Amino acid sequence: MKVVTANRLLDGEVVWLGADENWVGDLARAKLLETKEDVAAAMATAQQSIADREVVEAYDVDVVSEEGRITPKRLRERIRAAGPTILPDLGKQTRAATA
Amino acid sequence: MYRYDEFDHGFVTQRTDQFRDQVRRRLAGELTEEEFKPLRLMNGLYLQLHAYMLRVAIPYGTLNSRQMRKLAHIARTYDKGYGHFTTRQNIQFNWPKLSDVPAILEELAEVEMHAIQTSGNCIRNVTADHFAGAAADEIADPRPYAEILRQWSSLHPEFSFLPRKFKIAITGATNDRAAVQVHDIGLQLAQNEAGEIGFTVFVGGGLGRTPMIGRKVRDFLPEEDLLAYSEAILRVYNRYGRRDNKYKARIKILVHETGLDELKADIEAEFEKIRFGVLRLPDEEVRRIEAYFAPPPLEVLPATSQAVEARKATDAAFAQFVAHNLNPHRVPGHASVTVSMKPIGGIPGDASDRQMEVIADLAERYGHDEIRISHEQNVILPHVRLDDLPALFDRLVEHGLAEGNAGLITDIIACPGMDYCALATARSIPVAQEISERFGSAERQAEIGDLKIKISGCINACGHHHVGHIGILGLEKKGEEFYQITLGGSANENASIGEIVGRGFSSETVVDAIETLVDTYLSLRSGRDETFLDTYRRLGEEPFKEALYGTA
Repeated sequence: MKVVTANRLLDGEVVWLGADENWVGDLARAKLLETKEDVAAAMATAQQSIADREVVEAYDVDVVSEEGRITPKRLRERIRAAGPTILPDLGKQTRAATA
Repeated sequence: MYRYDEFDHGFVTQRTDQFRDQVRRRLAGELTEEEFKPLRLMNGLYLQLHAYMLRVAIPYGTLNSRQMRKLAHIARTYDKGYGHFTTRQNIQFNWPKLSDVPAILEELAEVEMHAIQTSGNCIRNVTADHFAGAAADEIADPRPYAEILRQWSSLHPEFSFLPRKFKIAITGATNDRAAVQVHDIGLQLAQNEAGEIGFTVFVGGGLGRTPMIGRKVRDFLPEEDLLAYSEAILRVYNRYGRRDNKYKARIKILVHETGLDELKADIEAEFEKIRFGVLRLPDEEVRRIEAYFAPPPLEVLPATSQAVEARKATDAAFAQFVAHNLNPHRVPGHASVTVSMKPIGGIPGDASDRQMEVIADLAERYGHDEIRISHEQNVILPHVRLDDLPALFDRLVEHGLAEGNAGLITDIIACPGMDYCALATARSIPVAQEISERFGSAERQAEIGDLKIKISGCINACGHHHVGHIGILGLEKKGEEFYQITLGGSANENASIGEIVGRGFSSETVVDAIETLVDTYLSLRSGRDETFLDTYRRLGEEPFKEALYGTA
């Protein structure tokens, strides 16, 4: 299972491709991609977003989804989804904590 | 310190305007990311894991309080309230918006700062001994030469598209604190029999995936030949350095593959062609630049301060600070003070906006308005009266800046690692924090003595792990962080590359392994005067290996 991620051009914010082909700032709202075809279609959308200057450096990421919670397999991507592990009061993890 | 002249001001302002327009064109769709990326990198702007990162140059690590306050202002206004001092004496901001960067560069230009050539395949910010102009063991202040090299290398048209990045370091002292032998060009000031200043020149040092100690190409290069000889080295590198493979493109590989004698002959041949040309340094120009770095007027005072001695007798933390964080000054009654950016359990090199302002205030009040950033990620006040140390210390304590650990086991270099960096394969900072906590008591640190631990979160070695007495390299193995330990590295005048001691450790066990190494050292050293590195060099890796892995 995969999701497609990128950074927003304007501010560098980490984003994922969401269900309605919008870019979302929260991994929980990312669109889960089950098949190769799904991934290819999502990457095509991402390429269009790159051309439209919304995002840069798009790629796909392996994730697991358990009880509705999406978790990237690699630590690198878990850190991108949360923020620096050494500063829990910075990055996306602060939103998660207050949500 | 150096002050911009009209030309410098015009040049930096023009560059800022140029980048503003490049950002505008990127956002308007006139430039693709492919076209824009090299332009932003040339202005120090990276894209990291969470956001853009802006690396601001601090030429040869020297700045004044006005500049430090501007960095604090940028941290607060455009970032998240902090900055990170790097192993190249620069500062990085971890969260700027692309759309804000032109404004940041404009603010930097107001205080004679910029981010030019802090990235890209060009000559990077020249680094220098952080005690330059103050150290008792110095032949001469290396910064005027660093400034001359900066002017020569800034947007040098011939060297803006080198095979790979190029780093120059310079020291004016015999004790090398600038790690010159692990730079593409390392310069050590020397004096000949006539008392003239020149340079011992090393070429082809470097860390990264192929660590090498620089090779000496000149024992004594006369002052007037500095630029012509540097240009000759760069020309030979630019012509013959490999462009087919990014990992083999640094000058160290060229030195290694060509052989020192042949390369030296190439450099000398090129040098002969240009040595009497426009690059020959006129004496009056060197003296003109030197005047910018004239030392502050310092009164000769008693070598021992009553105020310091009295406070030491009653305050253990102050005594520890004085024992470790002072470097001998050439003017009696003064010292260069290391303000540790390594609080116990903290993030090496991070400073909050408030701390930056406090440092600026203290530099103004006690340090003749001079501040340095060391490649060991600390802040230095180079010219402080010994009598002022108690008052200075009290202010540092108030702001969490008074750790007396310079050069000790908790004074760890760590790259940003996978907490920030897009290239990293493992985290560095949490390992540094755990080591710092483990060995953080004042008694234990003092007992262990001088010990340099350096941690990199990937093979590119920004944390200089190869030259740590104990080096730690974070890698990824089967999706897990995994740490390889090297022993016996050093970046001083007796530079050496550390040796891998054996199989690596998980993030859960790596700090235990470090403790085993430290305990082994303590049990084997010939006395308190024998440092970890000395013991390792005397006994070799066997006893350490045995302690880590057993004899089986």
